[in-house]
Amino acid sequence: MDLLGWFKSKKAPTANTARDRLMMVVAIQRDQDGRRTTTGNGGAVSYLPALREELLAVVRKYVSVPDSAVKVDVQKEAGLEVLEMNITLPERT
Amino acid sequence: MAKIIVVTSGKGGVGKTTTSASFATGLAARGKKTVVIDFDVGLRNLDLIMGCERRVVFDFVNVIQGEANLRQALIKDKNNENLSILAASQTRDKDALSEEGVEKVLNDLAKEFDYIVCDSPAGIERGAHLAMYFADEALVVTNPEVSSVRDSDRVLGLLSSKTHKSEKGEGRVREHLVLTRYNPVRVEKGEMLSVKDVQDILAIPLLGVIPEASAVLTASNSGAPVILDQNNEAGQAYDDLVARFLGEDRPHRFVEVQKKGFLSKLFGG
Ligand SMILES: Nc1ncnc2c1ncn2[C@@H]1O[C@H](COP(=O)(O)OP(=O)(O)O)[C@@H](O)[C@H]1O
Ligand SMILES: [Mg+2]
Repeated sequence: MDLLGWFKSKKAPTANTARDRLMMVVAIQRDQDGRRTTTGNGGAVSYLPALREELLAVVRKYVSVPDSAVKVDVQKEAGLEVLEMNITLPERT
Repeated sequence: MAKIIVVTSGKGGVGKTTTSASFATGLAARGKKTVVIDFDVGLRNLDLIMGCERRVVFDFVNVIQGEANLRQALIKDKNNENLSILAASQTRDKDALSEEGVEKVLNDLAKEFDYIVCDSPAGIERGAHLAMYFADEALVVTNPEVSSVRDSDRVLGLLSSKTHKSEKGEGRVREHLVLTRYNPVRVEKGEMLSVKDVQDILAIPLLGVIPEASAVLTASNSGAPVILDQNNEAGQAYDDLVARFLGEDRPHRFVEVQKKGFLSKLFGG
């Protein structure tokens, strides 16, 4: 009898999956409505949170980093919107 | 100046009518002259939750169509003289509500009341549109569940573009998040979206978190809004919500798992 398998089959928490999926659909929805999120950082592009989550997931395929390692931001410069990304890698030991 | 507040969500069955009934009752209990209107034409329900179903003679559509005046159609709450209810019509005519008709009734009510609470039907069709159209503020009722959150976001889009305020360039409808049927135990297990998750996604200020509670069903069985049950968490959470809406600073309770003390474990408190 596969006791270990039985223990492992305990369902993984799904709330995180729900959150990630929602960030995606909401970002698309807002783009289609021509809406911007009006979060604290004032008029940020709506897909930023989703973009950040995805970048974080990609980075984590190669290195393990904390949530705070990926920062994305949109800057307005001379009428142009510039997407700024910062990825902090862990220090090598 | 009367304030018009829509209770809306997109999705059905998330707690709009429950919230409208308790919110209006709470405002009236604090001395505010309040009227709550059921916009769910064809599916009247607010009267049952408010416990006045046997006193409905005329309804919202009767008033709009000039078959009755407001004085005849408004039902005074049995416990609080500050509170009145305007029932929805049971007509199957989808076009029974007109924009001009709704506007006129709201204008007339505004002369008499401090707060006008509009209980929206589900969906994004005519009834839901008219319930939000003249609003100054909105309670966006959401459950911690994917389809509800997505629908709430749709509704936020409509609030920012398809309302009188936004169309006339008179500013924004002020939005408040009301997270209902919240279960901190399931959140802690990672099975349910947390308050923070929903806030991050919808990005509007949190007015209240109402826990999942069996008292809500009990309250609807007996036709007394759950806010009147101050021994119950959902009732207390609605009371906090009303206080916060009126500017009081109250911490959010019932968002963390309650650690049971020895005594309550022993006596099943
Ligand atoms: N906090 C809660 N805990 C438990 N049940 C709830 C809660 N809020 C609402 N309900 C139940 O959910 C159902 C739908 O509520 P209702 O207020 O009629 O939703 P809506 O008006 O959005 O369709 C009702 O059966 C109600 O009793
Ligand atoms: Mg309802």
